[in-house]
Amino acid sequence: MTDQEKFFSDLTGVGTRLRTALLTPMLALITALLIGGIVIAVTDVDTLRLWGDSPGEAFSETISTVAGAYKALFVGAFGSKAALSETLFAATPLILAGLAVAVGFQAGLFNIGVEGQMLIGGMTALYVGFTVDLPGPVLIPLVLMGAIIGGGVWAGFAGWLRANSGAHEVITTIMLNFIAAFLVQWLLKTSTFQEPGRTDPISRPIDSSARLGRIFGGDLRVTIGLLIALAAAAFVGWLMYRTTIGFQFRTVGANADAAKYAGMNVTMLTVGVMATSGALAGLAGANQLMALPPHQAQVGFSGGIGFDAIALALVGRSRPVGVIWAGLLFGALTAGGREMQGAERIPVDLVEVIQGLIIVFIAAPALIKAIWRVKGDTDEQSERITTGWST
Amino acid sequence: MTSAAMPSDIGGSDLGGSDLGGEVRATPEQRRARIVGLVELAMAMFVLFIFALGEGSDQDATFKLALPRDRFEPLDWTVNPQIVGIGIATVLAVLAGVQLTKGFGSRANLILGGAMALFIFAFLAWAAAGQSFSLIGMLTSTVVLSVPVTLGGLAGLMCERVAVINIGIEGQLLTSAFVGTVVGSTWGSWTAVVAAALAGALLGWVLAVLSIKYLVDQIVVGVAINIFALGLTSFLSGRVLSTNPQFNSPDRFRTVAIPWLEDIPMLGNLFFKQNVFLYGTILLVVVIHFGLFHTRWGLRSRAVGEHPKAADTVGIDVLRIRYRNVILGGAIAGFGGAALTLGSTGRFEENMTAGVGFIGLAAMIFGRWRPMGVLGAALVFGFARAMQQKLGILGTNIPSEFLSMAPYIVTIVVVAGLIGHARPPAADGQPYIKD
Repeated sequence: MTDQEKFFSDLTGVGTRLRTALLTPMLALITALLIGGIVIAVTDVDTLRLWGDSPGEAFSETISTVAGAYKALFVGAFGSKAALSETLFAATPLILAGLAVAVGFQAGLFNIGVEGQMLIGGMTALYVGFTVDLPGPVLIPLVLMGAIIGGGVWAGFAGWLRANSGAHEVITTIMLNFIAAFLVQWLLKTSTFQEPGRTDPISRPIDSSARLGRIFGGDLRVTIGLLIALAAAAFVGWLMYRTTIGFQFRTVGANADAAKYAGMNVTMLTVGVMATSGALAGLAGANQLMALPPHQAQVGFSGGIGFDAIALALVGRSRPVGVIWAGLLFGALTAGGREMQGAERIPVDLVEVIQGLIIVFIAAPALIKAIWRVKGDTDEQSERITTGWST
Repeated sequence: MTSAAMPSDIGGSDLGGSDLGGEVRATPEQRRARIVGLVELAMAMFVLFIFALGEGSDQDATFKLALPRDRFEPLDWTVNPQIVGIGIATVLAVLAGVQLTKGFGSRANLILGGAMALFIFAFLAWAAAGQSFSLIGMLTSTVVLSVPVTLGGLAGLMCERVAVINIGIEGQLLTSAFVGTVVGSTWGSWTAVVAAALAGALLGWVLAVLSIKYLVDQIVVGVAINIFALGLTSFLSGRVLSTNPQFNSPDRFRTVAIPWLEDIPMLGNLFFKQNVFLYGTILLVVVIHFGLFHTRWGLRSRAVGEHPKAADTVGIDVLRIRYRNVILGGAIAGFGGAALTLGSTGRFEENMTAGVGFIGLAAMIFGRWRPMGVLGAALVFGFARAMQQKLGILGTNIPSEFLSMAPYIVTIVVVAGLIGHARPPAADGQPYIKD
C-alpha cells in the first residue's frame, strides 16, 4: 500500500476489499429491519385476531402494515428535500457523539459516558451563551469552546481516575452519567439557568446570536452544526493518523505496556484521550441547544444520543469516515422513525430496537454470517474493545 | 484483536495503582488512611457547627418507631438535637484523631461506616428539630427500595463471579417487568413471576451466547441489551398496552405477615410484614452466599472467574459453568423485574427501571462482589433514596438531587480505591478461548 492508500484505509476502516467491509453492515441493517418488521407484524393486535377467520386477508393486511411502516420510514428520511434536511439535522449530533466514542475505541478506552458529557458540555455552553454578550460570529466559537471545556473536563476526570487508580472507565463513566443527570436537574432549578416564572427544571433559551444558522435557510432545518460535525471528523482523522499525539493515543490503546516502555506518558495520554472524547461529546450536547428548538435545556436534553453513539462507532468501525456514514444512516432512521410514528402510528421506539439489533450483528460478524450462510472471510473477527475490569 | 492473556497472579496485588499509574508518592494505604481520617474530621466539624449549633436545634425532635396500625403501643423517641449533635461531634472527633495518629488498620472502613451512621443520625435529629418524624416509615421504604437493587446486584454478581461482565442488568429488569405485567394480567401472579424469571434468563442466555460463543465484547452486548430492551418495551407499551389496558393490570402480591415475628417492635415492620419479593431476596442472598463459599459449585464458579485456565486444567468445564451462571443471573434479574411491577406499582410504565439496574451494578461493586455485601450496599443506597423522598416532608432545603447522586459518587470513590478497595474477579471481562 502506498502512503495515500494507507491513509484512506485508516480514515475509512475499509481495506482494499470494499465488498468485505460493506457486507457485514449491510447484512446487519437488513436483518435488523426484517426483525423489526416481524415485531411490527406480531404487535398488530387487530390483525392478529383476523388470522383465525381469514388467514389470507390477515396475511395481506400484515404485509401492508409492515410495508406501510417502512415506506413511511423511507419517505421520512429521503422522500423530499425537507426529509433529507431532517436526516442531516438528526445526523449532526450523532456524528459528533459517534466520533467521541470512536476516539476512545481507537485508544482502547470505552467511553460509555458520552450522554453525561453531552449534558455537562451543553450546560457550560449555555452558561457562556448567557454571560457573554457578543455578536454571533464571535460568540458561537466561544460557546463551542465552553462545550469543549465542559465535556472535556468531565470525561478527563474519568481518564484521570483510570490512569491514577486503575478505576475502570466503563464503571466511572456510567456513574458520571447519572451524576451529570442529577447535577443538571439541580442546575436547571437555580436562578442562573432557570427560565423566570417557571417552577419546573427548564433553562432560559440560549441567546439568539448563539444559535446555529440554517445552511439553506427557509424551512430546511439543517444547520451549520453539520459543517462543524464534518470539520470535527476531519480534525479527528488528522489528529489520530497524522500527528504524534494521535500515534501515541493509538499505541496506548493497542498496548499500554509497550507505550509505557517506549517512554510515553501514559497518564497524560489517558487523560488526553478521554478529554478529546469528552470535548466531542460536549459539542454534541451544545448542538442540542444551539440548533434544536426551543433552544432550552431540559432534563435529559441529550436524548439518548450518547448511547446511540456507541452503536454508531461500532458500525463506523471507529473511523471518521465510517462514523459519518453511520451517522447519516442513524439520522435517516431517526428522521424516518418520526414520520413512521406520525403517519402510520408505529411508535418511534422501533428505531431503538433496530439499533440494538444492529449493534449485536455488527459486533458479532460470525453470527450474521451464520444467519445468511456467507462463506469465507474468516479473518474478520469480533472486535474486543474492552479489557476486563480487573486491570 | 483478541487478548487471551491471563493474569498470572491469582491473588492479585492490592496496590491501588495499576500498570498505568504514575510516579510513586505515599503508599496507597497511607494515603487512604489519611483521607479517611480527614473525612471523619470534616464530619465532626459539620455536625458541631451546622447540626448542633445551628438555628432551632434546641427544639426536641420526635422519632416515631411504630406505625399507626401496629398492635402495640406507639413508640416515640424524643431527642434533643443539640445534645445529640455535640455528643456525636465529640465521638467523631475522637475517631478522626485516632485514625490520623495511630490508625485503625484493617477496621478503618468499619469505623468509617459507623461514623457515617452517626453523622446521618445527627443530621436527622437536626432536620426533625421541633417536629415529629416517622423513622419507621423511612426505614420500611429503605427495605422496600433495596429489593430490586439487591436482585440486580445479585444478577451482576452471578455473571461477574464467572468473569462475564453484565452491563445489561437494566435491560433484563425492564424486559422482565414488562413480561411479568402482561403475563400477570392474563394468567395470574405466580405464573407471571415464573414468566418474568424466564424472560430474564432468556436475555441472560443472549448475553452468554454472544460473549462466550461469539466472543463479542461483553460491554457492547450489555449496551445492546439495554438499548434493545428499552426500545422494545417502549414500543410494545405504546403500540399494545396503551390501547389494551387489560394487559397492564396484574394482581399485586399482598403483604404476608409472618406469625410471631411480625410482633417484634421495629424489626417486625421492616422484615416480617412484607411481600414475597423481600422474602425471596433474603433467601437468595443466603443461598448464593452459602453456595458461593461453601459448595463445590461455588468453588468451581470462583475458580472460573479468577483463573479459568487453571480451572480448565483440573477438568472443570469453564464454558458450561459460565453459561449456567449467566443464565441463572438473568433469571434473578427477572425476579427483580417482577418485583418492580407485581410487588410494587402494579403496572408497567415506559423506562420504569430508571437506573435501578445500574444502581444494582453499583451495589455489586460497593458490596465487593459478595452476596452479603450486595445486600448491605443495596440497603445503604435504599436508605439514601428513602431519605431523599422523606426530606421534603421535613421541609429542609437540601436539594434532593444531591442525595440521588450518592450511590454513584460512593461507587466512584470505591472503585478509585480512595476509601476501601474493591477487587473484581481476576479474569472479569475476558473471554476464555481453549487452546
